[in-house]
Amino acid sequence: MTEERPKLTPKERMAIDRVAMPEQDPAVRAVNFREVNLGLTQQIAMLEAERCLQCPKPYCIDGCPVSVNIPRFLKLLREGDLPGAADSLLDDNALPCVTGRVCPQETQCEGVCLRAKKGTSVAIGHLERFVADWAMAHPAELIHVRPQPTGRTVAIVGSGPAGLTAAGELVKRGHDVTIFEAFHAAGGVLVYGIPEFRLPKDIVQAEVDRLVADGVKIVPNSIIGKTYTLPELRERFDAIFLAVGAGLPVFMNVPGENLKGVYSANEYLTRVNLMGAWNPDSETPILHGQRVAVVGGGNVAMDSVRTAKRLGAHEAVIVYRRGHDELPARAEEVHHAEQEGIRFDFLVAPVEVLGDDTGWVRALRCVRMELGEPDASGRARPAPVPGSEFEIPCEMVVVAIGTRSNPLLTSTAPDLKVSEYGYIETDETGMTSMDGVFAGGDIVRGAATVILAMGDGKRSAAAMDRWLATGSAAEIEAEAPVPEATTAKV
Amino acid sequence: MHQIVARDQLSPNVTRLVVEAPRIAEVRRPGQFVIVRLGEGAERIPLTIADADSAAGTISLIIQGIGASTLDLVGLQPGDAIRDVAGPLGRPTDLIDHGHAVCVGGGVGTAVVYPIAQELHRRGVAVTSIIGGRSREWVILEDELRTAGEVIVCTDDGSYGRHGFVTEALKDLCEAGGIDEIFAVGPVPMMRAVAELTRPYRIRTTVSLNAIMVDGTGMCGGCRVSVDGDTRYACVDGPEFDGHQVDFRVLADRLTTYREFEQQSLARREACLIPGLAQHAEADQGQGAAAASAVGEGVAR
Repeated sequence: MTEERPKLTPKERMAIDRVAMPEQDPAVRAVNFREVNLGLTQQIAMLEAERCLQCPKPYCIDGCPVSVNIPRFLKLLREGDLPGAADSLLDDNALPCVTGRVCPQETQCEGVCLRAKKGTSVAIGHLERFVADWAMAHPAELIHVRPQPTGRTVAIVGSGPAGLTAAGELVKRGHDVTIFEAFHAAGGVLVYGIPEFRLPKDIVQAEVDRLVADGVKIVPNSIIGKTYTLPELRERFDAIFLAVGAGLPVFMNVPGENLKGVYSANEYLTRVNLMGAWNPDSETPILHGQRVAVVGGGNVAMDSVRTAKRLGAHEAVIVYRRGHDELPARAEEVHHAEQEGIRFDFLVAPVEVLGDDTGWVRALRCVRMELGEPDASGRARPAPVPGSEFEIPCEMVVVAIGTRSNPLLTSTAPDLKVSEYGYIETDETGMTSMDGVFAGGDIVRGAATVILAMGDGKRSAAAMDRWLATGSAAEIEAEAPVPEATTAKV
Repeated sequence: MHQIVARDQLSPNVTRLVVEAPRIAEVRRPGQFVIVRLGEGAERIPLTIADADSAAGTISLIIQGIGASTLDLVGLQPGDAIRDVAGPLGRPTDLIDHGHAVCVGGGVGTAVVYPIAQELHRRGVAVTSIIGGRSREWVILEDELRTAGEVIVCTDDGSYGRHGFVTEALKDLCEAGGIDEIFAVGPVPMMRAVAELTRPYRIRTTVSLNAIMVDGTGMCGGCRVSVDGDTRYACVDGPEFDGHQVDFRVLADRLTTYREFEQQSLARREACLIPGLAQHAEADQGQGAAAASAVGEGVAR
C-alpha cells in the first residue's frame, strides 16, 4: 500500500494551508437533514496530514480525552497506508466516525496543536473522520483479532458514547459483554439527541454493528431500575458499568412553561431524530413553529435551533443570557448556525412564556442582561438590566439549558452512593460504592460531551479489566492524568 | 418481537391483546404501564398493563383504537407480533390493605382500574367498582371486575344498568359513607368531575393521568403535569396522583397538542380502514369521551 512520497522539509509543511471542509451550501442545507460536512477526498486528506510536524512530545495526544495517538495515524495516512492508519485509530478509539464529527477539537487536540501557535492547527477532526469513514467502508482490509475469551461477564447499562466505548474495550479484552438499553435502539444521545445533519444515524448504526460483530450483545427496551434492578444484574454479571447519562431535562422554572408549544430539547430532538419526525411521513407528531425561540447556548441548543429551521421555521432564534464569546457550543456548530440564518439574541434571559387563550405559546417574555464578574465556571456572570423586559413573538419555545441525573436506576439500588444532585460517586478507578460496579459518563460527571463520556468508558473498561483479572481496579503503574471536565461543553 | 397470543373485542372500539412479555409479566404491579412500538418507524405508545399471567409469560393490553397508531395496534391478530415492549414503567399504585375502596372506570379507563381492583380484592379490601359507557355495548370488563367485588354499571342512555353518569352512582356511595379510598380513571372530564365530587367528602381520590409521553423514563418531560402547583412527570412521578391536587385544565389542554397532526394522520389512513371503525372512533361520546377522542395517542392508556 505504502507508496514512495517525497519527504517534505519543515518549511514546506508549514507552507501548506489548512484544508477547508467541503460543506453543503447553507441555503440548500438549511431546508434538508442531510449531513452538512461532505468529507475530504483521500488526496486532500493526505496533503492535510503532511501539515503534522510529528512533534517529539505531541501535545495533541494529551489533549484527547481518549488519548488517540494522533501523530501515528496521521503519519500512516500521509504515507498512504490507510489500513494502517485505520487500525491505529480504531485501536485507540472505539467510535472514530462519531468523534471525527462531534468532538470540540478546537479545545482539545487542535487547541494544543503546535501549529495553532503560528497560524492554524492540523485539521485533526476532519482527518479522523476521513480515516474512520474509510475503515467503515473497507472492513475486510482491517486487522481483526478475536481475543481469547476470559469467561467473565460484564453488563453495561446504557448504550450511549460511554457505554459503547466501554463495550468495545471490554470485548477486545475477551470479556462477554451485554448492553442494556432503555430505548428500542442503541446509541443513546448519538441517536436521540444529535441530529442527522451533524451525525447521520447510519454512521452510528455502523459503529454499533461493528461492536455487535465483535460479540457485544445489546438488549433493547430494558430499563434498569424497572425491568431489572441493579442488585439483580449484579447477581447475574461479574462486573457492571453504569453509563445511563444525565437524562432528565432541566426547565427554566418560569411561568407558562406548560403551555402547548414548549418543548424540552430532549423531547424535541428525540421526536425528530430517534422517532424520525424529520421525515414528513413519520407517525411521530412534531410541532412546526414559524417562529421558534431556543433557550440556551450549547451544542444541544444549536442542534435544536437548526432542526427548527429545517422543519420550516422562518425565524429560528437562539436566546442566550451571555454573549457570543461565552457560547459553550462547538465553534463549528455556531458558525454553521450563523451561515444558515439562525438569529442570535445575546444577553437575553427568558422570564415568562406567554400564551394565547387556547393554551398555545404566543411569545417569550425576556429581560436584557449585562455581564459582570466571572463566576465559578470562569465565565462572566450575567445580571438582569432592570426595566428592560421585552417580548420575542414565537409559536414554539425549546428549552436547551441542560440536563440532570435521572433517579430511575439509583432509586432502586440503595447501596449505590450518589451525590446530593443524584450523580453516582466513584473512586479514582471509576468504581462505585458497590463492589464490581463501575460508572462513567454524564451520570458521574454531570452533563458534558460525547468524547469525555467516551474517555470515562475507556478508562473504566481498563479498570474493570484489571478488577476482573486481579480483584483490584487500581492501576499498577501511573498513567497519564485524567483530563479535567471543567472545560466541558454541553 | 412480542407475539400476540390472544385478541378479543371488548367494545366497538376497545380491543384486548394478550402479548408475550415474560419479564414484564413477572415484575409488573398494578398501576404500571408499558410503551409499545409496533414496528420500525411506528410511534411509541404508552399502555396500561391491564393484567398479567406470569406463568404464561403474558400481559394484557386494552387499547382504544382512535388514532392511526392505535388503529394499527388493534388490527393485530394472534400470531402477529409487536416489535418493542418496554416496561414496566411508572410507579405502582399505592394500595391500601383494608377497608372499602371504590374503583371508578370510564370507557377504556376501566382497563386501568381493573388491575387495581383485582389487587385490592386480593389484599382483603372490600371493592365496589363503578363503570360506565355510552350504552351497553361500550361497557367493558364487567365480568372481570365482578370477581373483585360488587359492580355498578352506568350507561348514558340507560340501555344497561343504571341510567346516568358514573359520578351520580359515586355520589350515592359517598353519601352512604364508609369509603376509604377512590380510584378513578377515565377521560379527563370524568376524572375532574369525580375529584370535584369527592373533595367535600375528603375522601382520598387517586387518578391516573394519560399524558402524552415519548420515552416513559423521565427523559423527555413531555408528560409534565401540574400537581399542587408543582410540575411533575406522569411517567416517573405518576401516572397516579392525588386527584384533588391535579390541575386538570393543564392536562386537558396539553392533551390537545397534536390534535391537528392526529386528524391528518387518520385522514391518510381512511382508505385502509375497516368500514365503520373510523365512525366508531368518532362516535365514542359516552362518559365524557368526546374530549378524550381528540387527544391523540396520549389517551391510549
